[in-house]
Amino acid sequence: MTLLTMSHLNKIYNGNKAVDDFNLEIEKGEFICFIGTSGSGKTTTMRMINRMLHQTSGTIKINGENIAKMDPVKLRRKIGYVIQNVGLMPHMTIRENITLVPKLLKWSEAKRNEKAVEMIKLAELPEDYLDRYPAELSGGQQQRIGVVRALAADQDIILMDEPFGALDPITRESLQDLVKDLQERLGKTFIFVTHDMDEALTLATRIVIMSHGKQIQVDTPDNILRHPENEFVESLIGQERLIQARPSITTVGQVATKAVSARETQTLKEALGEMHTKRVDTLLVTDDDGVLRGFVGIEQINQFYGTGKEIGDIMDRNIFYVKEDSVIRDTVERILKRGFKNVPVIDHDHHLVGIVTRATLVDMVYDALWGESDKPDNTEAGDKA
Amino acid sequence: MQSMNVLEQLAYYFAHNGMYVLEQFSRHFLISIYGVLLAAIVGIPIGILIARYRKLSGWVIGIANVIQTIPSLAMLSIIMLGLGLGVNTVIVTVFFYALLPIIKNTYTGMVNVNRDVLDAGKGMGMTRIQVLRLIEIPLSLSVIMAGLRNALVLAIGITAIGSFVGAGGLGDIIIRGTNATNGGAIILAGALPTALMAIIADLVLGFFEKRFDPSTRKAKQA
Ligand SMILES: Nc1ncnc2c1ncn2[C@@H]1O[C@H](COP(=O)(O)OP(=O)(O)OP(=O)(O)O)[C@@H](O)[C@H]1O
Ligand SMILES: [Mg+2]
Repeated sequence: MTLLTMSHLNKIYNGNKAVDDFNLEIEKGEFICFIGTSGSGKTTTMRMINRMLHQTSGTIKINGENIAKMDPVKLRRKIGYVIQNVGLMPHMTIRENITLVPKLLKWSEAKRNEKAVEMIKLAELPEDYLDRYPAELSGGQQQRIGVVRALAADQDIILMDEPFGALDPITRESLQDLVKDLQERLGKTFIFVTHDMDEALTLATRIVIMSHGKQIQVDTPDNILRHPENEFVESLIGQERLIQARPSITTVGQVATKAVSARETQTLKEALGEMHTKRVDTLLVTDDDGVLRGFVGIEQINQFYGTGKEIGDIMDRNIFYVKEDSVIRDTVERILKRGFKNVPVIDHDHHLVGIVTRATLVDMVYDALWGESDKPDNTEAGDKA
Repeated sequence: MQSMNVLEQLAYYFAHNGMYVLEQFSRHFLISIYGVLLAAIVGIPIGILIARYRKLSGWVIGIANVIQTIPSLAMLSIIMLGLGLGVNTVIVTVFFYALLPIIKNTYTGMVNVNRDVLDAGKGMGMTRIQVLRLIEIPLSLSVIMAGLRNALVLAIGITAIGSFVGAGGLGDIIIRGTNATNGGAIILAGALPTALMAIIADLVLGFFEKRFDPSTRKAKQA
């Protein structure tokens, strides 16, 4: 069921379109990442969802209900919101900070205290931190509190605006694990603004790429890596990441080159002629519909030349092939281990569509492991992508 | 009395007129407090208001500034024309002088509340009143307190002058001293308690100002 529908949203600031015809349907349990250059309208779009901003035109519906008709205060209490700069109340204890929305919702004190304990555990901080003030916590600890504060009233939708900015990689990763877990385990729906493509690729179920108020591409991380919409998206992903991601997203069909083939009904003379003009020593053999049947090498032709046989009679039917939609990463080892110079690629109906050469595979593996510029320290990042 | 030095004269005066000095001390204090309280009741809401509607702030603070530049004796005389002699004239004068520091500090305190904190409060679903009550006022309390402290110290000084319009207070004792020949000790008998009052007021309110400063908050048991 569609949880959140945003249709034809526009936001105009003194003649400038900060958000330009934004459309998105979000299912329950999705993890949506907004990513884009500075000033591309990510924050503006996000803040329209909890009515911190009012759109110039367009509608937002939650569970089919137009939010413009709801009480903004009640709406905000139902949506968790983590602002970019944490914004903990410096005059309130961590306990009071965490249970602020429950307090606004008039929960009993016992229930609030229970929730505070649950939340501090979720943030992986010791319980006695509840009685501290924000100034007594480190930046990373404050951000953890900022994140769990947005969850304390069991909100189903959580908006996060660059929540992990300016954190060291280790803290950042553990917070990423935290939110990803909440989404996967508790089925919360996240809308998450980030500048960090790695973060978006790790967390998102779908990524919304924005530029100058427009959606450039909305798709799953895999599809975005596989088919970047345009050069802007490619540059956002970064050349290095594209290369590293290649073996895990590129299909065999994408790197296949044209195969040199003959039909089984052709004569050996014709086969030899084909080998000679294409300067190869092996021919793939198909039937009249292009279905792969086997292969024939120069030795066999030599052996049976002049016996009047057709290719189909002498070909080797024991042929190794790969399907065009299998991913390079899954096939490369098999191919390389068997020591073939090249391997035929077939589609679902066993039609020959091309070959992958050993040289292509070696290039891809090499690039993925070492990057284009021969930097050995890229290996780690490659593992993640 | 002629043979005693000033200090002995002062002790003598306190010994014989102790009750009178105490009476004037409390009267002086109450006049100042009433003026400042009135100014707080009017000034704090004005400060909150002009922090919300920033365009008004220039005007309002400008007017309060102009009031501040009028010499206190002139102000007393002008107000006396309306209210006549007596305590009320002094309280109203104190009120006018106390307005500026109170409005200005309330405004400054409110304006300097961290925007992110306000944004988070609103984003979590606080009503405007809750934002004011739970965030803006607690976070600007220490700055508002500093304004009240300035106002009270100022008020104590103005109340001393207020005796000229017959309001009583420690100023009365000072005037007596100026009228008497060799009245130095009597002047001191009025002036020293006035100074003491100002210093104590400053210290006490300064203590509260610190207590309310959110940046010095620490967990109790930590
Ligand atoms: N209150 C405002 N008044 C006028 N223009 C605004 C206002 N808020 C945002 N804008 C403009 O709208 C555009 C989008 O801003 P927005 O804050 O949504 O960008 P963003 O994608 O969140 O950028 P960043 O990554 O830097 O946070 C920008 O060009 C910005 O200048
Ligand atoms: Mg932003």
